[in-house]
Amino acid sequence: MYDLSALYQAQTVAQAVELRLAHPEARIIAGGTDVLVQMREGKLAGAALISIQGIDALRGVSLEEDGTLRIGSLTTFTKLSAHPLIRQYIPVLGEAVDQVGGPQIRNAGTIGGNTCNGVTSADSASTLFAWDALVELTGKNGVRRVPIQDFYIRSGVVDLRGEEGEIQTAILIPRESYAHTFGFYIKYAMRNAMDIATLGTSVNVRLSPDKKTFERVRIAFGVAGPVPLRAWQAEGSIRGREVSPEAVEECSQTVLQDIAPRDSWRASKAFRQHIAVECTRRCLVESVKRAGGDL
Amino acid sequence: MAQYQLLHCRINGRNVEQMVDVRASLTDVLRNDFRLTSVKKGCEVGECGACAVLIDGECYNSCLYLAVWAEGKEILTLEGLTGPNGELSDIQQAFIDEAAIQCGFCTPGLIMTATEILAQHRLYSDDELRKLLSGHLCRCTGYENILRAVKKTMLQRLGLPDQTTAEG
Repeated sequence: MYDLSALYQAQTVAQAVELRLAHPEARIIAGGTDVLVQMREGKLAGAALISIQGIDALRGVSLEEDGTLRIGSLTTFTKLSAHPLIRQYIPVLGEAVDQVGGPQIRNAGTIGGNTCNGVTSADSASTLFAWDALVELTGKNGVRRVPIQDFYIRSGVVDLRGEEGEIQTAILIPRESYAHTFGFYIKYAMRNAMDIATLGTSVNVRLSPDKKTFERVRIAFGVAGPVPLRAWQAEGSIRGREVSPEAVEECSQTVLQDIAPRDSWRASKAFRQHIAVECTRRCLVESVKRAGGDL
Repeated sequence: MAQYQLLHCRINGRNVEQMVDVRASLTDVLRNDFRLTSVKKGCEVGECGACAVLIDGECYNSCLYLAVWAEGKEILTLEGLTGPNGELSDIQQAFIDEAAIQCGFCTPGLIMTATEILAQHRLYSDDELRKLLSGHLCRCTGYENILRAVKKTMLQRLGLPDQTTAEG
C-alpha cells in the first residue's frame, strides 16, 4: 500500500484542470516512476494525488501543420525512442531517453514527468534544452507555451501554475530547431543501466551546405548546475567558425565558463568539469560526423 | 479515509472483477487478492525488477503501478505462462536447462521481461539482450546463464541454430 491520502483520476485534460483547481495541495502523478518512489521513501508520505495516467489524448508524437514536432506529455520513453518521427527528425532525443533507468522504467516513465519534476539529471532535459524545446501548459485560461529554459525555475521547481490549474500537455520542437540539425548525447554514469547521470551532455550542430562551417552549435548540460543549462559562451565561440579540430577543442574548453557543477557524493566538481570538456568534444565530433562533415 | 474502487481487468487470460484499495500497488493486488505469488516484493521502488509483469504486452515493475491503473488492461504473470496441466513454457524450461536459477527470487520477473523480448520475434545481439535484461537484479547467477537461456529460446523460436551450444 502506498501512503496516499486520496487519489483523483482524470480521463481528460479538462478534468485534470478542474481537479487541480479543486485540490491545490495534490501532486500530479503520470507514469509513477518518480512520485511513487518518493512516496515510498516518505518524502511524499500522506500526499493526495491527481492521476493523469488515463488521459490517452496526451500520448504519442505528431507533426503539426507548420512542421512543429509535437510530443504528448504522457508519451513514455519506450514509445518515444521507437517513434518514426523522432527517429527521422531528432534521433538524439530517442537515444537520450533510451538511457533512462531500465527497460521497465522506460515503459512507464513519461517525458512530461521527466521535465515536470524539475531535476537537473533528467536524461531528456539536456537534449530538450539543446533543441530549444517549448513546453505547452494547459490551464483554466487556456494554453501557453514557454521555452524550456524558462520552464525550469530552480532545482525541483518548474513553472507549472497551480492557481491556474495547469498541467503540462506537450513538448514542442519547432521546425527551425530540428531542420538540417544533427546531435549527440552522452550520459556519463557509473553504470549503463539503472543509474542517474553524473553529467549529461547534449550537443547539436547545423553545418553550412558545403559542410565546412559551423552555422549553429547548441550545447546543453544536465547536472552542471541546479537545473539543466545551455553553454552560451561555448556556443558563441564556435558559431561561424570553420569545421576543424582546433575549433572543437577551443569550444570544448570554453564550456568551463558556462557550467557551475558542484561537489556531490556522485562526483566532485573538478571531475564534472573535466568530463564536461571531454564529453563536449566527443559530442561535437560525433554531431559533425552525423551532419556529414569531416574532422 | 479509505477509498475503494471496483477494478475490471484480465489476468492470465481470465476476466476478473475485484474491489481494490486505491492505495494498493498492482503487486499488492496480484499477490494478496489473486495469490499470484510469482510476483515478488523486492525493492518496491522499481530498481530490482522482481515484481515485473506484462501489462498489455509491455513489461512493468508492478510495484510502481497503482492497481487501479490496471482497469481494462490485460495482465500476464509468470503463472500465465504454463500450460493447462502445469507444463512449463520453453523459456521456463530454458532457465532450468541453463541453470539460470539459484535462489529463484529474480526468476519470475526476468522470465516476464524475457517474454516481452521473445514476443518481438527479432534476432537481438548479445549486447542488445543485455540491455533489454538490464532492469533486473540477480545476486546468484552472475547473469551469464540468464542471458544464455534467453538467447537459446530466442534462437529456437526463430528456427536458428544455437551456436553457443554447438561450440560447447
